Amino acid sequence: MIHPARVFREVIKHLFRKPATCAYPFEKAKIMPDFRGRIDFDSSKCIGCQMCVRACPSKAIEIPLSKVQPPAPAQIEGQPPVPAKKKFDCIMKLDHCVYCAQCVEVCPKKALIMTQDFELAHVDRKELRRHYT
Amino acid sequence: MSKITIPLGPQHPALKEPENFMLVLEGEQITGATVNLGYNHRGMEKAAEERTYMQDLYLIERVCGICSHSHTTCYITNVEELAKAETPKRALAIRTLFGELERVHSHLLWLGVAGYEMGFETLFMYTWRDREQVLDCLEMLSGNRVHYSINTLGGVRRDITAEQKAGVLKRIKYLEERTKYYISLATEETTLLARTQNVGKLPYDVAIERGAVGPTARASGIARDVRKDDPYLIYGELDFKLITHNTCDVFGRLVVRALELMESYKMIEQILNNLPEGPIAVKVPWRIPAGEAVNHYEAPRGEDIHYLKANNTDKPERLKVRAPTLANLQSVAYMMEGGWLADVPLVIAAIDPCMSCTDRAVVWNPKKGKKEIYGWEELRKMGIEHYKRRGVDFTKL
Ligand code: SF4
Ligand code: SF4
Repeated sequence: MIHPARVFREVIKHLFRKPATCAYPFEKAKIMPDFRGRIDFDSSKCIGCQMCVRACPSKAIEIPLSKVQPPAPAQIEGQPPVPAKKKFDCIMKLDHCVYCAQCVEVCPKKALIMTQDFELAHVDRKELRRHYT
Repeated sequence: MSKITIPLGPQHPALKEPENFMLVLEGEQITGATVNLGYNHRGMEKAAEERTYMQDLYLIERVCGICSHSHTTCYITNVEELAKAETPKRALAIRTLFGELERVHSHLLWLGVAGYEMGFETLFMYTWRDREQVLDCLEMLSGNRVHYSINTLGGVRRDITAEQKAGVLKRIKYLEERTKYYISLATEETTLLARTQNVGKLPYDVAIERGAVGPTARASGIARDVRKDDPYLIYGELDFKLITHNTCDVFGRLVVRALELMESYKMIEQILNNLPEGPIAVKVPWRIPAGEAVNHYEAPRGEDIHYLKANNTDKPERLKVRAPTLANLQSVAYMMEGGWLADVPLVIAAIDPCMSCTDRAVVWNPKKGKKEIYGWEELRKMGIEHYKRRGVDFTKL
Protein backbone atom coordinates (compact mmCIF):
# COMPACT_ATOMS: atom_id res chain seq x y z
CA MET A 1 0.00 0.00 0.00
CA ILE A 2 1.49 3.29 -1.06
CA HIS A 3 0.70 6.42 0.88
CA PRO A 4 2.22 9.47 -0.68
CA ALA A 5 2.91 12.21 1.81
CA ARG A 6 2.69 9.78 4.75
CA VAL A 7 5.01 12.07 6.62
CA PHE A 8 2.97 15.28 6.28
CA ARG A 9 0.57 14.56 9.11
CA GLU A 10 3.48 14.05 11.43
CA VAL A 11 5.20 17.21 10.23
CA ILE A 12 2.07 19.31 10.82
CA LYS A 13 1.69 17.82 14.29
CA HIS A 14 5.22 18.80 15.10
CA LEU A 15 4.56 22.42 14.27
CA PHE A 16 2.65 22.68 17.54
CA ARG A 17 5.09 20.83 19.76
CA LYS A 18 7.79 22.17 22.01
CA PRO A 19 11.26 21.98 20.48
CA ALA A 20 13.17 18.83 21.37
CA THR A 21 16.41 20.71 21.92
CA CYS A 22 17.30 22.95 24.85
CA ALA A 23 18.83 26.39 24.50
CA TYR A 24 22.23 25.43 25.86
CA PRO A 25 24.37 27.36 27.00
CA PHE A 26 21.61 29.77 28.12
CA GLU A 27 19.76 26.91 29.70
CA LYS A 28 21.58 24.36 31.82
CA ALA A 29 22.03 21.01 30.09
CA LYS A 30 20.48 18.06 31.89
CA ILE A 31 23.05 15.56 33.13
CA MET A 32 22.26 12.15 34.55
CA PRO A 33 23.17 11.70 38.23
CA ASP A 34 26.12 9.34 37.75
CA PHE A 35 27.61 11.00 34.72
CA ARG A 36 31.39 10.56 34.54
CA GLY A 37 32.86 14.05 34.47
CA ARG A 38 36.00 15.77 35.71
CA ILE A 39 37.90 13.93 38.41
CA ASP A 40 38.46 15.87 41.62
CA PHE A 41 41.13 15.22 44.22
CA ASP A 42 41.12 15.30 48.01
CA SER A 43 44.71 15.76 49.18
CA SER A 44 43.96 14.99 52.82
CA LYS A 45 43.01 11.39 51.95
CA CYS A 46 45.76 10.54 49.46
CA ILE A 47 48.59 8.32 50.65
CA GLY A 48 50.65 8.56 47.47
CA CYS A 49 50.41 4.89 46.56
CA GLN A 50 50.41 5.76 42.81
CA MET A 51 47.80 3.10 42.05
CA CYS A 52 45.79 5.61 40.04
CA VAL A 53 48.83 6.61 37.99
CA ARG A 54 49.47 3.00 37.07
CA ALA A 55 45.83 2.27 36.25
CA CYS A 56 45.15 5.31 34.09
CA PRO A 57 44.94 4.26 30.44
CA SER A 58 45.92 7.66 29.08
CA LYS A 59 48.64 8.84 31.48
CA ALA A 60 46.47 11.74 32.52
CA ILE A 61 47.27 11.78 36.20
CA GLU A 62 50.38 12.52 38.25
CA ILE A 63 50.74 12.39 42.01
CA PRO A 64 53.85 14.40 43.01
CA LEU A 65 54.89 15.20 46.58
CA SER A 66 53.61 18.62 47.65
CA LYS A 67 56.17 21.45 47.81
CA VAL A 68 55.01 22.50 51.25
CA GLN A 69 54.81 19.60 53.66
CA PRO A 70 52.79 19.82 56.85
CA PRO A 71 54.87 19.94 60.04
CA ALA A 72 55.13 16.83 62.18
CA PRO A 73 52.52 16.76 64.94
CA ALA A 74 53.84 17.93 68.29
CA GLN A 75 55.37 15.11 70.26
CA ILE A 76 53.20 13.89 73.11
CA GLU A 77 55.19 13.39 76.24
CA GLY A 78 56.24 9.85 77.02
CA GLN A 79 55.45 8.61 73.48
CA PRO A 80 57.76 8.14 70.47
CA PRO A 81 57.62 11.00 67.92
CA VAL A 82 55.01 10.55 65.19
CA PRO A 83 56.43 11.17 61.69
CA ALA A 84 54.68 13.82 59.65
CA LYS A 85 52.06 12.59 57.25
CA LYS A 86 53.27 13.24 53.72
CA LYS A 87 51.13 15.46 51.57
CA PHE A 88 50.56 14.86 47.87
CA ASP A 89 49.34 17.01 45.03
CA CYS A 90 47.56 15.85 41.94
CA ILE A 91 48.17 17.03 38.41
CA MET A 92 45.26 16.19 36.17
CA LYS A 93 45.72 16.65 32.43
CA LEU A 94 42.19 17.20 31.27
CA ASP A 95 43.22 16.99 27.63
CA HIS A 96 44.59 13.49 28.14
CA CYS A 97 41.87 12.18 30.42
CA VAL A 98 39.19 10.06 28.76
CA TYR A 99 36.85 10.29 31.78
CA CYS A 100 36.70 6.56 32.33
CA ALA A 101 36.85 6.88 36.14
CA GLN A 102 39.11 3.85 36.42
CA CYS A 103 41.34 5.86 38.77
CA VAL A 104 38.38 6.48 41.08
CA GLU A 105 37.75 2.75 41.17
CA VAL A 106 41.30 1.72 42.05
CA CYS A 107 42.04 4.41 44.66
CA PRO A 108 42.13 2.61 48.02
CA LYS A 109 41.49 5.79 50.04
CA LYS A 110 38.78 7.35 47.87
CA ALA A 111 40.96 10.40 47.37
CA LEU A 112 39.77 10.81 43.80
CA ILE A 113 36.21 11.89 43.30
CA MET A 114 34.15 11.76 40.15
CA THR A 115 32.20 14.95 39.55
CA GLN A 116 29.48 15.78 37.04
CA ASP A 117 31.48 18.70 35.71
CA PHE A 118 31.55 18.52 31.91
CA GLU A 119 32.12 22.08 30.70
CA LEU A 120 35.87 21.74 30.39
CA ALA A 121 36.68 23.32 27.06
CA HIS A 122 39.24 26.10 27.12
CA VAL A 123 41.00 28.30 24.63
CA ASP A 124 44.18 28.28 26.68
CA ARG A 125 45.94 24.96 26.78
CA LYS A 126 47.46 25.66 30.21
CA GLU A 127 43.99 25.70 31.72
CA LEU A 128 43.66 22.03 30.89
CA ARG A 129 46.49 21.09 33.22
CA ARG A 130 44.85 21.30 36.60
CA HIS A 131 46.99 21.29 39.69
CA TYR A 132 45.00 20.21 42.73
CA THR A 133 46.60 20.74 46.09
CA MET B 1 30.75 7.01 -24.62
CA SER B 2 34.20 7.64 -23.24
CA LYS B 3 35.02 6.51 -19.74
CA ILE B 4 36.31 8.76 -17.03
CA THR B 5 37.58 7.85 -13.61
CA ILE B 6 36.69 10.11 -10.74
CA PRO B 7 37.83 9.82 -7.15
CA LEU B 8 35.21 9.97 -4.40
CA GLY B 9 37.06 10.83 -1.24
CA PRO B 10 39.18 10.61 0.85
CA GLN B 11 37.72 14.03 1.57
CA HIS B 12 34.17 14.24 0.33
CA PRO B 13 31.01 15.78 1.75
CA ALA B 14 29.12 12.50 1.31
CA LEU B 15 31.57 10.52 3.42
CA LYS B 16 31.77 10.87 7.15
CA GLU B 17 35.22 9.36 7.31
CA PRO B 18 38.21 9.47 4.99
CA GLU B 19 38.08 6.64 2.48
CA ASN B 20 38.67 6.61 -1.24
CA PHE B 21 36.45 5.13 -3.93
CA MET B 22 37.69 5.26 -7.52
CA LEU B 23 34.66 5.24 -9.78
CA VAL B 24 34.82 4.55 -13.51
CA LEU B 25 31.97 6.45 -15.10
CA GLU B 26 30.26 6.18 -18.43
CA GLY B 27 28.06 9.19 -18.48
CA GLU B 28 26.33 9.04 -15.15
CA GLN B 29 26.51 5.30 -14.85
CA ILE B 30 29.22 3.53 -12.89
CA THR B 31 30.96 0.74 -14.70
CA GLY B 32 33.67 -0.06 -12.19
CA ALA B 33 34.56 0.80 -8.62
CA THR B 34 37.55 0.17 -6.39
CA VAL B 35 37.77 0.80 -2.69
CA ASN B 36 41.03 2.10 -1.26
CA LEU B 37 41.57 1.83 2.45
CA GLY B 38 44.27 3.21 4.66
CA TYR B 39 43.52 6.87 5.31
CA ASN B 40 42.64 6.42 8.91
CA HIS B 41 45.11 3.97 10.35
CA ARG B 42 45.55 4.71 14.04
CA GLY B 43 47.88 1.95 15.16
CA MET B 44 45.55 0.77 17.89
CA GLU B 45 46.61 -2.85 17.79
CA LYS B 46 50.22 -1.88 18.40
CA ALA B 47 49.17 0.53 21.13
CA ALA B 48 47.24 -2.28 22.80
CA GLU B 49 50.43 -4.29 23.14
CA GLU B 50 51.92 -1.56 25.29
CA ARG B 51 49.08 -1.29 27.77
CA THR B 52 47.77 -3.59 30.45
CA TYR B 53 44.61 -5.60 29.87
CA MET B 54 42.60 -3.16 31.95
CA GLN B 55 43.94 -0.11 30.11
CA ASP B 56 43.29 -1.80 26.78
CA LEU B 57 39.65 -2.00 27.66
CA TYR B 58 39.40 1.77 27.33
CA LEU B 59 41.54 1.78 24.22
CA ILE B 60 39.56 -0.95 22.45
CA GLU B 61 36.38 0.88 23.32
CA ARG B 62 37.62 3.68 21.12
CA VAL B 63 38.12 1.50 18.06
CA CYS B 64 34.63 2.63 17.16
CA GLY B 65 32.46 5.36 18.58
CA ILE B 66 29.20 3.67 17.73
CA CYS B 67 29.90 0.02 18.52
CA SER B 68 32.14 0.69 21.48
CA HIS B 69 30.44 -1.99 23.56
CA SER B 70 30.74 -4.59 20.81
CA HIS B 71 34.49 -4.26 20.62
CA THR B 72 35.11 -4.34 24.36
CA THR B 73 32.77 -7.29 24.89
CA CYS B 74 34.48 -9.26 22.16
CA TYR B 75 37.89 -8.39 23.59
CA ILE B 76 36.94 -9.11 27.16
CA THR B 77 35.41 -12.45 26.30
CA ASN B 78 38.83 -13.41 24.95
CA VAL B 79 40.59 -12.21 28.10
CA GLU B 80 38.17 -13.99 30.40
CA GLU B 81 38.44 -17.15 28.35
CA LEU B 82 42.22 -17.14 28.72
CA ALA B 83 42.07 -16.27 32.41
CA LYS B 84 39.42 -18.97 32.89
CA ALA B 85 37.27 -16.49 34.80
CA GLU B 86 33.68 -17.42 35.60
CA THR B 87 31.82 -14.23 34.73
CA PRO B 88 28.65 -13.98 36.83
CA LYS B 89 25.33 -14.44 35.10
CA ARG B 90 24.10 -11.00 36.08
CA ALA B 91 27.13 -9.38 34.46
CA LEU B 92 26.49 -11.30 31.24
CA ALA B 93 22.87 -10.17 31.26
CA ILE B 94 23.90 -6.54 31.73
CA ARG B 95 26.40 -6.86 28.88
CA THR B 96 23.66 -8.25 26.67
CA LEU B 97 21.40 -5.37 27.66
CA PHE B 98 24.04 -2.87 26.64
CA GLY B 99 24.66 -4.76 23.42
CA GLU B 100 21.01 -4.39 22.50
CA LEU B 101 20.73 -0.76 23.61
CA GLU B 102 23.75 -0.10 21.46
CA ARG B 103 22.11 -1.81 18.50
CA VAL B 104 19.05 0.39 18.97
CA HIS B 105 21.08 3.57 19.00
CA SER B 106 23.21 2.46 16.07
CA HIS B 107 20.26 1.44 13.91
CA LEU B 108 18.39 4.65 14.70
CA LEU B 109 21.51 6.57 13.80
CA TRP B 110 21.70 4.67 10.53
CA LEU B 111 18.07 5.35 9.75
CA GLY B 112 18.79 9.04 10.15
CA VAL B 113 21.94 8.92 8.03
CA ALA B 114 20.12 6.99 5.32
CA GLY B 115 17.33 9.56 5.38
CA TYR B 116 19.88 12.30 5.08
CA GLU B 117 21.67 10.64 2.16
CA MET B 118 18.45 10.18 0.23
CA GLY B 119 17.49 13.79 0.79
CA PHE B 120 14.74 13.04 3.31
CA GLU B 121 15.98 15.22 6.11
CA THR B 122 12.76 15.12 8.07
CA LEU B 123 13.42 11.45 8.74
CA PHE B 124 16.95 12.32 9.83
CA MET B 125 15.68 14.90 12.31
CA TYR B 126 13.00 12.61 13.76
CA THR B 127 15.15 9.53 14.20
CA TRP B 128 17.97 11.46 15.76
CA ARG B 129 15.64 13.13 18.17
CA ASP B 130 14.27 9.74 19.18
CA ARG B 131 17.76 8.35 19.42
CA GLU B 132 18.32 10.75 22.33
CA GLN B 133 16.00 8.52 24.35
CA VAL B 134 18.24 5.52 24.04
CA LEU B 135 21.33 7.63 24.60
CA ASP B 136 19.69 8.84 27.81
CA CYS B 137 19.18 5.21 28.83
CA LEU B 138 22.85 4.50 28.23
CA GLU B 139 23.96 7.61 30.08
CA MET B 140 21.71 6.79 33.01
CA LEU B 141 22.98 3.22 33.28
CA SER B 142 26.66 3.74 32.55
CA GLY B 143 27.56 7.39 33.02
CA ASN B 144 28.28 8.24 29.43
CA ARG B 145 26.34 8.49 26.21
CA VAL B 146 28.87 7.02 23.83
CA HIS B 147 31.74 5.34 25.63
CA TYR B 148 29.78 3.46 28.23
CA SER B 149 32.81 1.69 29.75
CA ILE B 150 30.47 -0.74 31.41
CA ASN B 151 32.74 -3.74 30.97
CA THR B 152 35.52 -4.53 33.34
CA LEU B 153 37.71 -7.60 33.63
CA GLY B 154 35.48 -10.28 35.11
CA GLY B 155 32.14 -8.51 34.88
CA VAL B 156 30.56 -5.10 34.65
CA ARG B 157 31.21 -1.91 36.60
CA ARG B 158 27.73 -0.73 37.48
CA ASP B 159 24.62 -2.50 38.63
CA ILE B 160 21.10 -1.69 37.54
CA THR B 161 18.68 -0.35 40.13
CA ALA B 162 14.91 -0.68 40.07
CA GLU B 163 14.54 3.01 39.22
CA GLN B 164 16.88 2.73 36.28
CA LYS B 165 15.03 -0.31 35.05
CA ALA B 166 11.74 1.59 35.10
CA GLY B 167 13.39 4.53 33.31
CA VAL B 168 14.72 2.31 30.54
CA LEU B 169 11.43 0.44 30.09
CA LYS B 170 9.54 3.73 29.84
CA ARG B 171 11.83 5.03 27.12
CA ILE B 172 11.80 1.74 25.24
CA LYS B 173 7.97 1.85 25.17
CA TYR B 174 8.12 5.25 23.55
CA LEU B 175 10.73 4.11 21.04
CA GLU B 176 8.62 1.10 20.14
CA GLU B 177 5.75 3.39 19.17
CA ARG B 178 8.06 5.58 17.12
CA THR B 179 9.70 2.64 15.37
CA LYS B 180 6.29 1.30 14.34
CA TYR B 181 5.70 4.65 12.71
CA TYR B 182 9.06 4.50 10.93
CA ILE B 183 8.29 1.04 9.64
CA SER B 184 5.01 2.22 8.17
CA LEU B 185 6.84 5.23 6.77
CA ALA B 186 9.54 3.08 5.20
CA THR B 187 7.08 0.78 3.51
CA GLU B 188 4.48 3.33 2.38
CA GLU B 189 6.16 6.64 1.68
CA THR B 190 6.66 7.01 -2.08
CA THR B 191 9.75 9.20 -1.93
CA LEU B 192 11.50 6.67 0.23
CA LEU B 193 10.52 3.72 -1.91
CA ALA B 194 11.57 5.44 -5.11
CA ARG B 195 14.92 6.30 -3.65
CA THR B 196 15.77 2.89 -2.16
CA GLN B 197 14.13 0.19 -4.24
CA ASN B 198 16.44 -1.52 -6.75
CA VAL B 199 19.33 0.64 -5.64
CA GLY B 200 22.61 -1.03 -4.67
CA LYS B 201 21.60 -4.55 -5.62
CA LEU B 202 23.50 -7.36 -3.91
CA PRO B 203 22.12 -10.76 -4.95
CA TYR B 204 22.24 -13.71 -2.57
CA ASP B 205 25.15 -15.54 -4.30
CA VAL B 206 27.27 -12.41 -4.56
CA ALA B 207 26.68 -11.61 -0.91
CA ILE B 208 27.88 -15.08 0.03
CA GLU B 209 30.82 -14.95 -2.36
CA ARG B 210 31.96 -11.56 -1.05
CA GLY B 211 31.44 -12.50 2.58
CA ALA B 212 28.87 -9.87 3.49
CA VAL B 213 27.94 -9.73 7.18
CA GLY B 214 25.27 -8.21 9.39
CA PRO B 215 22.20 -6.41 8.07
CA THR B 216 23.83 -6.14 4.62
CA ALA B 217 23.91 -9.94 4.35
CA ARG B 218 20.51 -10.40 5.97
CA ALA B 219 18.92 -8.02 3.47
CA SER B 220 20.19 -10.34 0.73
CA GLY B 221 18.34 -13.25 2.25
CA ILE B 222 21.27 -14.81 4.13
CA ALA B 223 20.21 -15.99 7.59
CA ARG B 224 23.52 -15.11 9.21
CA ASP B 225 23.66 -13.73 12.73
CA VAL B 226 26.20 -14.66 15.39
CA ARG B 227 23.54 -14.23 18.06
CA LYS B 228 21.68 -17.18 16.55
CA ASP B 229 24.49 -19.17 14.96
CA ASP B 230 26.80 -19.25 17.96
CA PRO B 231 24.94 -17.71 20.93
CA TYR B 232 27.24 -15.80 23.27
CA LEU B 233 26.42 -13.91 26.50
CA ILE B 234 22.80 -14.83 27.26
CA TYR B 235 21.42 -14.72 23.73
CA GLY B 236 20.76 -18.45 23.87
CA GLU B 237 18.02 -17.84 26.45
CA LEU B 238 16.33 -14.92 24.73
CA ASP B 239 13.39 -15.16 22.42
CA PHE B 240 13.98 -13.21 19.23
CA LYS B 241 13.61 -13.63 15.51
CA LEU B 242 16.36 -13.50 12.93
CA ILE B 243 15.23 -10.88 10.45
CA THR B 244 15.98 -11.39 6.78
CA HIS B 245 14.64 -9.75 3.66
CA ASN B 246 14.95 -10.81 0.05
CA THR B 247 14.84 -7.63 -1.99
CA CYS B 248 18.66 -7.44 -1.89
CA ASP B 249 18.65 -3.63 -2.18
CA VAL B 250 18.91 -0.56 0.04
CA PHE B 251 15.21 -0.87 0.80
CA GLY B 252 15.78 -4.36 2.18
CA ARG B 253 18.59 -3.09 4.39
CA LEU B 254 16.29 -0.41 5.70
CA VAL B 255 13.53 -2.89 6.49
CA VAL B 256 15.92 -5.35 8.14
CA ARG B 257 17.28 -2.66 10.44
CA ALA B 258 13.86 -1.31 11.30
CA LEU B 259 12.51 -4.77 12.15
CA GLU B 260 15.65 -5.59 14.11
CA LEU B 261 14.91 -2.56 16.24
CA MET B 262 11.62 -4.16 17.26
CA GLU B 263 13.44 -7.39 18.14
CA SER B 264 15.95 -5.44 20.21
CA TYR B 265 13.15 -3.76 22.20
CA LYS B 266 11.68 -7.17 22.87
CA MET B 267 15.04 -8.46 24.09
CA ILE B 268 15.68 -5.43 26.29
CA GLU B 269 12.35 -5.98 28.02
CA GLN B 270 13.08 -9.68 28.47
CA ILE B 271 16.49 -9.02 29.97
CA LEU B 272 15.29 -6.30 32.34
CA ASN B 273 12.34 -8.34 33.55
CA ASN B 274 14.44 -11.46 34.20
CA LEU B 275 17.71 -10.01 35.47
CA PRO B 276 19.47 -12.84 37.33
CA GLU B 277 20.45 -12.05 40.91
CA GLY B 278 24.02 -12.23 42.14
CA PRO B 279 27.33 -10.39 41.99
CA ILE B 280 28.22 -8.29 38.97
CA ALA B 281 31.93 -9.01 38.79
CA VAL B 282 34.63 -11.47 39.81
CA LYS B 283 38.31 -10.80 40.32
CA VAL B 284 40.57 -11.53 37.38
CA PRO B 285 44.33 -11.65 37.92
CA TRP B 286 46.41 -8.93 36.28
CA ARG B 287 48.58 -11.50 34.54
CA ILE B 288 46.84 -13.57 31.91
CA PRO B 289 48.20 -17.09 31.25
CA ALA B 290 49.77 -17.69 27.86
CA GLY B 291 47.40 -18.78 25.13
CA GLU B 292 45.38 -17.69 22.16
CA ALA B 293 41.69 -16.94 21.82
CA VAL B 294 39.35 -15.88 19.03
CA ASN B 295 35.81 -14.67 19.52
CA HIS B 296 33.11 -13.18 17.40
CA TYR B 297 30.26 -10.87 18.25
CA GLU B 298 27.28 -9.58 16.31
CA ALA B 299 27.91 -5.84 16.29
CA PRO B 300 25.17 -3.60 14.87
CA ARG B 301 27.04 -3.62 11.55
CA GLY B 302 27.78 -7.32 11.44
CA GLU B 303 30.20 -9.87 12.71
CA ASP B 304 33.11 -8.44 14.66
CA ILE B 305 36.09 -10.72 15.25
CA HIS B 306 38.84 -10.33 17.83
CA TYR B 307 41.97 -12.41 18.20
CA LEU B 308 44.09 -12.20 21.33
CA LYS B 309 47.42 -13.77 22.18
CA ALA B 310 48.59 -13.67 25.78
CA ASN B 311 52.05 -14.43 27.06
CA ASN B 312 51.79 -14.70 30.84
CA THR B 313 52.31 -10.99 31.44
CA ASP B 314 49.86 -8.19 32.17
CA LYS B 315 49.98 -7.00 28.56
CA PRO B 316 48.73 -8.78 25.45
CA GLU B 317 51.30 -9.98 22.96
CA ARG B 318 49.05 -9.52 19.96
CA LEU B 319 45.57 -8.25 19.38
CA LYS B 320 43.80 -8.34 16.05
CA VAL B 321 40.50 -6.66 15.29
CA ARG B 322 38.41 -7.45 12.23
CA ALA B 323 35.65 -4.86 12.12
CA PRO B 324 32.45 -5.69 10.20
CA THR B 325 32.85 -2.90 7.66
CA LEU B 326 35.96 -4.56 6.26
CA ALA B 327 33.89 -7.63 5.41
CA ASN B 328 31.22 -5.49 3.75
CA LEU B 329 33.46 -3.25 1.68
CA GLN B 330 33.91 -5.89 -1.01
CA SER B 331 30.17 -5.90 -1.47
CA VAL B 332 30.07 -2.12 -1.76
CA ALA B 333 32.27 -2.23 -4.83
CA TYR B 334 29.83 -4.67 -6.40
CA MET B 335 26.74 -2.71 -5.35
CA MET B 336 28.00 0.48 -6.97
CA GLU B 337 28.71 -1.08 -10.35
CA GLY B 338 25.93 -0.48 -12.82
CA GLY B 339 24.31 2.09 -10.58
CA TRP B 340 24.06 5.86 -10.88
CA LEU B 341 26.56 8.31 -9.51
CA ALA B 342 23.84 10.07 -7.52
CA ASP B 343 23.11 6.87 -5.61
CA VAL B 344 26.70 6.32 -4.50
CA PRO B 345 26.46 8.08 -1.11
CA LEU B 346 23.33 6.13 -0.27
CA VAL B 347 24.81 2.81 -1.35
CA ILE B 348 27.92 3.41 0.71
CA ALA B 349 25.85 4.52 3.68
CA ALA B 350 23.64 1.45 3.33
CA ILE B 351 26.24 -0.87 4.79
CA ASP B 352 26.53 1.55 7.71
CA PRO B 353 30.26 1.91 7.16
CA CYS B 354 32.63 2.63 9.96
CA MET B 355 35.90 3.29 8.23
CA SER B 356 38.04 4.18 11.20
CA CYS B 357 37.34 0.81 12.80
CA THR B 358 38.27 -0.89 9.58
CA ASP B 359 41.66 0.56 8.82
CA ARG B 360 44.11 -1.97 10.17
CA ALA B 361 46.76 -3.04 7.74
CA VAL B 362 49.32 -0.77 6.16
CA VAL B 363 52.46 -2.55 5.07
CA TRP B 364 55.54 -0.43 5.51
CA ASN B 365 58.54 -1.68 3.64
CA PRO B 366 61.63 -0.12 5.21
CA LYS B 367 63.90 -1.38 2.41
CA LYS B 368 61.94 0.37 -0.30
CA GLY B 369 60.85 3.12 2.05
CA LYS B 370 57.26 3.18 0.90
CA LYS B 371 53.80 1.93 1.70
CA GLU B 372 52.60 -1.22 0.01
CA ILE B 373 49.17 -2.63 -0.40
CA TYR B 374 48.95 -6.31 -1.21
CA GLY B 375 46.46 -7.54 -3.77
CA TRP B 376 44.52 -10.78 -3.58
CA GLU B 377 47.03 -12.74 -5.71
CA GLU B 378 49.99 -11.69 -3.59
CA LEU B 379 48.16 -12.38 -0.35
CA ARG B 380 47.24 -15.83 -1.60
CA LYS B 381 50.84 -16.52 -2.59
CA MET B 382 52.10 -15.34 0.78
CA GLY B 383 49.51 -17.44 2.58
CA ILE B 384 50.46 -20.58 0.67
CA GLU B 385 54.17 -20.03 1.33
CA HIS B 386 53.52 -19.39 5.01
CA TYR B 387 51.66 -22.67 5.40
CA LYS B 388 54.21 -24.57 3.28
CA ARG B 389 56.87 -23.63 5.81
CA ARG B 390 54.66 -25.20 8.45
CA GLY B 391 54.21 -28.34 6.40
CA VAL B 392 50.74 -27.81 4.92
CA ASP B 393 50.35 -27.50 1.18
CA PHE B 394 47.39 -25.46 -0.07
CA THR B 395 48.63 -25.06 -3.65
CA LYS B 396 45.96 -27.30 -5.09
CA LEU B 397 43.08 -25.59 -3.35
S1 SF4 C 1 39.30 9.18 34.47
FE1 SF4 C 1 40.46 7.59 33.38
S2 SF4 C 1 41.74 8.74 31.97
FE2 SF4 C 1 41.01 10.23 33.47
S3 SF4 C 1 42.62 10.27 35.01
FE3 SF4 C 1 41.13 8.75 35.70
S4 SF4 C 1 41.89 6.80 34.89
FE4 SF4 C 1 42.97 8.43 33.80
S1 SF4 D 1 45.34 5.84 44.21
FE1 SF4 D 1 44.40 7.31 45.63
S2 SF4 D 1 45.68 7.24 47.42
FE2 SF4 D 1 46.86 6.28 45.79
S3 SF4 D 1 48.08 7.96 44.90
FE3 SF4 D 1 46.20 7.85 43.71
S4 SF4 D 1 44.84 9.31 44.70
FE4 SF4 D 1 46.48 8.91 46.14
